[in-house]
Amino acid sequence: MLRLKDLRTALLVALWFVFLTFPIMVIRVNPFERTITWRWQNMVLVGVGSFLMYLVSRIVLQRKAARQKQLRLGLIREKIPWSQRLLEEPRIYLPVLAGVAVFALGFPLLFSTYQVNIMITALMYVMLGLGLNIVVGVAGLLDLGYVAFYAVGAYAYALLHLHFGLGFWTVLPIGALLAAAFGILLGFPVLRLRGDYLAIVTLGFGEIIRLILENWNEFSHGPSGIANIPRPGLFGIEMDLNSAIIYLYYLMIALVLFTVFVVNRLQNSRIGRAWFALREDEIACQAMGIDKTRTKLTAFALGATWAGMVGVIFAAKTTFVNPASFTFLESAIILCIVVLGGMGSIVGVILGALVLILLPEYLRAFSDYRMLVFGAVLVIMMVFRPQGIVSNVRRTYTFRKENRTPEASNTQG
Amino acid sequence: MDYFIELFFGGLTRGSIYALIALGYTMVYGIIGLINFAHGEIYMIGAFTAFIVASVLSIYGLPLAAIVVLTLLAAAVWASCYGYTVEKLAYKPLRNAPRLSPLISAIGMSIFLQNYVLLAQTSDFLPFPALIPEFAFLDRFAGIIGSSDLVILLVTAVTMICLTWLIKFTRIGKAMRATAQDRKMAMLVGINVDQIISVTFIIGSALAAIGGVLIASHVGQINFFIGFIAGIKAFTAAVLGGIGSIPGAVLGSFILGLTESYATGYVSSDYEDVFAFSLLVLILIFRPAGLLGKSTIEKV
Amino acid sequence: MQSEQPILEVRQLTMDFGGIRALDHLDLQVREGEIVALIGPNGAGKTTFFNCLTGMYRPTGGDLLLTPPGKETRRLNGMKPNKVTRQGLARTFQNIRLFPNMTVLENVMIGRHCRTRAKVLGAIFRDRRTRREEEEIVAFSYAILEKIGLAGVVNEYAKNLPYGQQRRLEIARALATEPIMLLLDEPAAGMNPQETRELDELITRIRDEGLSILLIEHDMKLVMSLSDHIFVMDYGKKIAEGSPEEVRANPAVIKAYLGESDA
Repeated sequence: MLRLKDLRTALLVALWFVFLTFPIMVIRVNPFERTITWRWQNMVLVGVGSFLMYLVSRIVLQRKAARQKQLRLGLIREKIPWSQRLLEEPRIYLPVLAGVAVFALGFPLLFSTYQVNIMITALMYVMLGLGLNIVVGVAGLLDLGYVAFYAVGAYAYALLHLHFGLGFWTVLPIGALLAAAFGILLGFPVLRLRGDYLAIVTLGFGEIIRLILENWNEFSHGPSGIANIPRPGLFGIEMDLNSAIIYLYYLMIALVLFTVFVVNRLQNSRIGRAWFALREDEIACQAMGIDKTRTKLTAFALGATWAGMVGVIFAAKTTFVNPASFTFLESAIILCIVVLGGMGSIVGVILGALVLILLPEYLRAFSDYRMLVFGAVLVIMMVFRPQGIVSNVRRTYTFRKENRTPEASNTQG
Repeated sequence: MDYFIELFFGGLTRGSIYALIALGYTMVYGIIGLINFAHGEIYMIGAFTAFIVASVLSIYGLPLAAIVVLTLLAAAVWASCYGYTVEKLAYKPLRNAPRLSPLISAIGMSIFLQNYVLLAQTSDFLPFPALIPEFAFLDRFAGIIGSSDLVILLVTAVTMICLTWLIKFTRIGKAMRATAQDRKMAMLVGINVDQIISVTFIIGSALAAIGGVLIASHVGQINFFIGFIAGIKAFTAAVLGGIGSIPGAVLGSFILGLTESYATGYVSSDYEDVFAFSLLVLILIFRPAGLLGKSTIEKV
Repeated sequence: MQSEQPILEVRQLTMDFGGIRALDHLDLQVREGEIVALIGPNGAGKTTFFNCLTGMYRPTGGDLLLTPPGKETRRLNGMKPNKVTRQGLARTFQNIRLFPNMTVLENVMIGRHCRTRAKVLGAIFRDRRTRREEEEIVAFSYAILEKIGLAGVVNEYAKNLPYGQQRRLEIARALATEPIMLLLDEPAAGMNPQETRELDELITRIRDEGLSILLIEHDMKLVMSLSDHIFVMDYGKKIAEGSPEEVRANPAVIKAYLGESDA
């Protein structure tokens, strides 16, 4: 497995990283008091850490290569990914689903309001992830400005309430439609661009919208934002804070279920296939008669719709919006969720959102390192497991020989 | 009229810094077709390294000249090492992956490095020592051009000349040009493509670091977030001039620097960043090849 | 059953890329139910011609005229590729361009896209019309795969198929668009003699079902056996045309390259 040569290389790697990180990790200067702090423990940390990580990655890569070789020689067959097996066996997934359902419904009764609030945030990110999944995961369009549509929804509620007194339920569809309109508007000029250029342009759009919100004080009230946004109501019943939050929680559960339903239907349809084909090979897609611009625009606009909806909910949950919530970093977090979960896989994205949002909350000690981990996750996933935690599995069809009627078997990734 | 000239030199200064960073973007894009999202962070790390080294050396009482030289050297060396390492970790494994994968990896690296510096150092704005002394002969032009402006322009000019000499007249430069044009062919004629790619990253990072030191000295403070905005603007400049083209990056940088200077000077300074982003969006929509670039046709 | 008007008429087609003239006043016709081969040395401009025909390039000059049987003539110059396919021209690619991570059946189902109509609302609500359309898509696609002989691998990922099957899958996918004319770009490339014979049979069968075929090929045996008519290109120009026998004996053609073929 590990040879002496590997250990020697690991040592060199460790020395390299110690050298590399020396100024930033070890030295801390206080320019006002003119003091230097030498943090030698960091040096040890870096040295040991990189030594071990190198060895671990060698082992992982070696095993991967060995498996590839065995596959090629026909010694072992391609294993069905555990995710597919899990989803195909009703004996497994039905009880799991039932358990999750019971837990989700009973959650507010078992845990404090604070915890429920965290769950609401997690569910919001699930919806955002599923929305971005349509754009990035299925259609393959790297949208780095997704947060712009999120902002559209949030500010729509804030402003429509401020100026016209409109309530949550009225604005929810308006916010969604407005975001969709923005999606079409923004998408139209840029969707013919190539992948990396599209990414940068959408990033630009996202930042432009945030900067406008920050600076156009007459319209958006600038950096101080807009406050006093009402929570969603239930036929006008007065609710105290705790009840309102519990109500919002169940609302989110319903909306997430709705989202999963719609996204699943979309992915397993004529248009879902077209999106996937677009991601696989744009040129072949066009050659087969698919209007690539219209197909891309549809994906873009639908993804935006979801962000808009969640934006309205965000405004209702925090009762306050300001531009600082809609930075590029938000788009990156949502992208991270999709990448971690598995591009195109609904279950994967849900898991990814829950992991990335809940873990930092429950491991409070590490929450400072949240963004660091997000960055690392993006790199690690791309290098080691680009298909994500749950890889997308295509639908299979069965055909009975006698009467040639096709049936679709229910396999979804 | 004085104001106009002042803005002119201010624009040139901006343009110089953008050029030093933009060159890294354009060279990497030219050679492996990747937008190195983490490049802005390399610039920031260069500035931070310079801050740390300069502070330590000045606390130990070294003479100013020594501090300046060692700081520049340290910034360039460490930034190059970071650039080299980032390429090996996050980009090299993805060289044959679909286009979006290295881009996502680059974004991840950018976020990682930002937060790495944030956590290892501080989120505060740190005061950067003034490494460039005030030149007496420039007192006449006070208000129009200062000594750090002059130094920045000179350093940039010298760097451009060195880089051009390297690309045009040395073997390595030729190998870089060959690899940028056709990587497979370059491999077949015996060029060590991995090495050339590493060299490209090293040079780009060193330039960005120099830019980082200069601007930090000029502005007087640094912060872990400066890489993001500077990176986007330098990238805009590179795209404006034609991504992949070295003269394009320089041209685009000066155009961006000057227009930014005049726009913020005469119109409004609030929307400074909006201006750069809008320019970026417009160029990519209407002329992605930029001023000096050529559009490529994909062979079916 | 050949009507007066050719299905495809190419008149004086010219394509310039900057200073390079890839197609030089090319003339070509395909009649209904014909199998026409386009041959010529590498670099003659054959794939460039296909790309102009299918809308990937906008020709610099000349006319591309498509006349579906019983319908009006349409000029194809500069028409977007998806529109061209809708008009009835479907193609395969020189370097196979399947959708590797989709199943064999799904690849063919994509071909049905331009002949079906369900949109977003239909996808979400799955009303009766949408469901029926989906069933038709699946059935139609499966029927094509049966005809092509790939019914056994319907649920296999396209990337896992052996090379010969991949080439046939591309043809199946093109057929799903219900074309009036099939454009095959080197369909026999890399095939062994057995596969080539099967391909010969397949293409003849497709033609017998009423499609016209225009193919680019280097395999001379296949070309001579299949084609009703042959056009020969070199340096972007047509240098000869005629029946297989005529072309075989044509000195200009022999001079251009026929000597090195594997005929």
